[in-house]
Parts: sequence; C-alpha cells; structure tokens
Amino acid sequence: MATDPRRKPEAARGAAASRSPWRQQAESYLNHHRKVARDSAERLWRNPVASFMTWAVMGVALALPVALLLLLTSLEGMSAGWESSARLTAYLQLELPEERARELREEIASDGRVAGVELVNRDQALAEFRTSSGLEEALDYLDDNPLPHTLLITPEQGARSEAGVEGLVNFIQAMNGVQRVQVDLGWLQRLNAMTDLLARAVWALSLLLAAAVVLVIGNTVRLSIESRRDEILVAKLVGGTDAFVRRPFLYTGAWFGLGGGVVAFILLQLSLWWLSGPIERLAELYRSEFTLNGLNVDGALALIIVAMLLGWLGAWVAVKRHLDDIEPGEIAGG
Amino acid sequence: MIEFRQVTKRYDSDHTALRQVNFGLDRGELAFLTGHSGAGKSTLLKLIMVMERPSAGELIVGGQVLNRLPRRQIPYIRRHIGVVFQNHQLLFDRTVFDNVAMPLEVMGASPRDTGRRVRAALDKVGLLSKEKMNPMQLSGGEQQRVGIARAVVNKPPVLLADEPTGNLDPALSADIMNLFGQFSQVGVTVLIATHDIALINEMGRRTLTLDHGRLIAGGQPSSGGVSGH
Repeated sequence: MATDPRRKPEAARGAAASRSPWRQQAESYLNHHRKVARDSAERLWRNPVASFMTWAVMGVALALPVALLLLLTSLEGMSAGWESSARLTAYLQLELPEERARELREEIASDGRVAGVELVNRDQALAEFRTSSGLEEALDYLDDNPLPHTLLITPEQGARSEAGVEGLVNFIQAMNGVQRVQVDLGWLQRLNAMTDLLARAVWALSLLLAAAVVLVIGNTVRLSIESRRDEILVAKLVGGTDAFVRRPFLYTGAWFGLGGGVVAFILLQLSLWWLSGPIERLAELYRSEFTLNGLNVDGALALIIVAMLLGWLGAWVAVKRHLDDIEPGEIAGG
Repeated sequence: MIEFRQVTKRYDSDHTALRQVNFGLDRGELAFLTGHSGAGKSTLLKLIMVMERPSAGELIVGGQVLNRLPRRQIPYIRRHIGVVFQNHQLLFDRTVFDNVAMPLEVMGASPRDTGRRVRAALDKVGLLSKEKMNPMQLSGGEQQRVGIARAVVNKPPVLLADEPTGNLDPALSADIMNLFGQFSQVGVTVLIATHDIALINEMGRRTLTLDHGRLIAGGQPSSGGVSGH
C-alpha cells in the first residue's frame, strides 16, 4: 500500500530510530502511559457524581483506621512522657531519726542509676498534707504525726525501663530503714496494655477496611470494564497485549485511590478541628499534656500513596477476574 | 504466507467446523473464501487470527506455527494480520482518526509516526477529509472503508476480510474489492470470506470453497508448500 512519496520519510525515520531505538521505545512507552493516565482521569471527571461517591466511600473507609491510629500514637506519646517522669517513693520506717534518713539519701544518691533524691521531712509532709487534703480537723485529733520521712527518687534516664525500675526498687527495698518502696507505674502499665490492645484492634480494623476498599474499587472497575467492552475487544483484535488492555483500568483504580486518599485527609482534618477544643479542655482538666496530633506532610503523603496502591490493587483484582473473559472470538460471528 | 496442513477444528460437542483442510496462500495473493452459511468460513479466519486453536493439523502464518504459540505471543501475531469485519467493529466514542490509529497505539508508535501513517491509510481509502468526524456520522460504505484503513494502517503482510461487502450496494462493493486488489499488488496476502458469487466471478481470482467443513475447491496451492498425506 505504500507509495513512493511515503517511503522516503519512513526511511529517514528508520535511520533516526536506529541511532537510539531503545530511547524512542522508552519515550513512546512513557508517552502512552501519560496519555492513558490523563485519559482515565478525564473519564472520572466526566462522571463527577459517580466518581465522587466512590471517593467518599473510600475516604470514609480510610479515615476511620487512620483516625484511630492517630489517637493511638497520641496515647503512646502521652504514656511515654509519663514514664520518663516516673519517680519512686521510698517510705522510711516511722521511728527512723532524721540523720539516718539523710544518710540513706546520700547512699541512694551515690548509686549510678539514680539521677536525684529528694528528702521529704515528715513534719513538712504533714504540713503539706494538711493544706492540700482538707482533712485539717481530722488531723488535729491525732496525737502523733502518722507520716514517715519520705525519699523521692528520680531514676537515671537509662534505668527508666520497666526492668531497670524494678531492679532499683529491689535495691532500695533491701536497705536498712526503708519500710516500703512504691512505684506508681501500675496504672501506666494498664494504660500500656490498653493501648497495645487498641493497637491490635486498630490494625485488624485497618486490614478489614483496606479489604473493603479493594473490593469497592474492584467492583467499580468491573463496571467500567463492562462499559468499555467493545474497546477491549478491538484492542485485543489489533494486537494489544494484556498489559496494554489492563493499563487504563489500573490507572482508573489509582485515580480512585488518589481521590479517596484526599477525601480521607480532608475528613481527618475536619474532625480534628472539630474535636480540638473539647480535647484541650479535657486534657486541661486532667492536667495532662495530651494533644491529638493530626497528620503531618509525610503522613498525608503516605495516606494518599497507600490509598492509590489499594485502588490499584482493587483494579488489578477486577482486571484479573474479568478481562480474560473478554476474548475477541465472539466478534467474528458463526 | 498462510498454510493449512490437514487442519481440523472440532468444537466441544460433536460439531466439527473444519475437516482436514489443506491449502496455501502466497505473498501478494488474493483469494476468496466461500461456502454456505455455517460451512466454516469464520472458523477458518478465526484460526488464522488465533482466536481459536486447531484441534488437529498444522497452521503456519508468516513462518510461525500457530498451534503451539504461547498465549502471550498472540498479540504480536495479530499485529501482522489486518482484519476487516462485516460489522466493521468501529468505536463510536472516538474520531475516525483515533479508530484508525488503534493498531499503531498498541504497538507504541510515536505520535508523529502515527499521524503520518493514519493519514496515509485514510488517504488510501479516500476519507482523509473525514478524519475528525465520528464514525457514526459516516455512511455504511464509509464506515467499512474506515475499517479497512484500520486493518492496513500498520502495513500487515496478511489482510483478512469477513463479508466486507455484506451491507453494501454493488458499486460500493466493487470499489472496496478494488482496494483489496491494490493491497495484494503491493505484496499483501488477502483472504476475503464472502458469499457474493457475482463479485467473485467478476474478480476472477482464486476461490476456496468450503462445504460442511471440507475444502472442496481451490485447495491446490499456487506454488507448492502443502505436504498433505
């Protein structure tokens, strides 16, 4: 079919192509990707309502586990803050003279695991208790000061682990004149156990919702495959590879993911803004430093990338299931 | 170019579409494939396009034995075979240009190259001025010619046509046959399935006739190549 005038430019192009055929190949490959990506995005724009509904479903499904993860990291941050300020309280024997208490303080302070020791004199303790507890009158009935001397011990940074604190407790407990050592880590351990449990629950929920996202996208892409059946048939007829036929749908899935990720991010920011006032007030009431942290740039990017990957995966599932069913055999008729 | 050696195609039940078909087509040869409805014309074309695999025998297209071709290789074979359908299989969601460009797009041709080749193919079928139109706006004959332009745009060595003139009046049919004749003159092997006897007689070309899956006429190759037992 080629006539002579058409042969000439072809020969010229052939020479250019032989100079760097791989480069030209790569270029047209990238070009095609760009074209398909743009085309599938435009298709989504052309059906804004349907696309938005899919994005919203994805956004809600993604926002929920991410919100819980954020809550979890905030809780973990809070308990880590408290752990670092954990102090041991050593109650000395009631009849122990003050000089002995001072000796004990020196002895404990010289230990490598201890950052500082504060001695609370029993009289001083009583006075403090009197003002802060509101039990002034009741205390007046007592003949003696019921409070012992107390040592407040702050462990060294390196000894603040659970095992380190336990070792320190045993060491002090064994000293002469020490009645009882108390570490108020019990509630912290309970909090940690709870956050551990919550973490597992969040991960399980995340997995379930991720699976839901994959299925939703898979179903949406399946419908899109059905509506483009003719195109797929023709592409297969003229020699389109499976990868070529798959590509627009995979991009569609990724774009659904992108939209879903953005919706999830917006939902998260909105709910954070909505909750920030009450959380501050609550934290204030508990005299806690607790703040609910939002997503930073990295987190937002990670969220969107994960969403795109899930979309892509959903599209892949649909494409695997349905694209092979469309074979051009039926076109040619009987 | 195309060679059938004792090819049999049986569909799952006891329906046998082709029985021990033997023939060969050379480069640049134009032949008709005819027979009653259900004689196996479409099956024969589908075998060449690897839409179906033969149940027995050997099928060679362009030096490639298609029987054992891995599935992944099928697209690359199809790029060397242009096909024209009776219902032309055009896509109405894109322009004439984009329809014709599809075989080049799947090959990853550059946009410049694509533009040049698509316009050359449209020029050949006399539709250069309609490249920006939607195929729906064209007449039946014009749609068929767009289909032909798409089939030949990447200059395949083999061109298959399944009832290409089925819906056209005699003048348009002659026009289209004329086009096929021109392609065969530049070395394309053309095989046209049709039952338009008048047209076949007019062209005076080799005719393969199928009857209940058997090749009853035209089976002798023009220049050897068949080694039937």
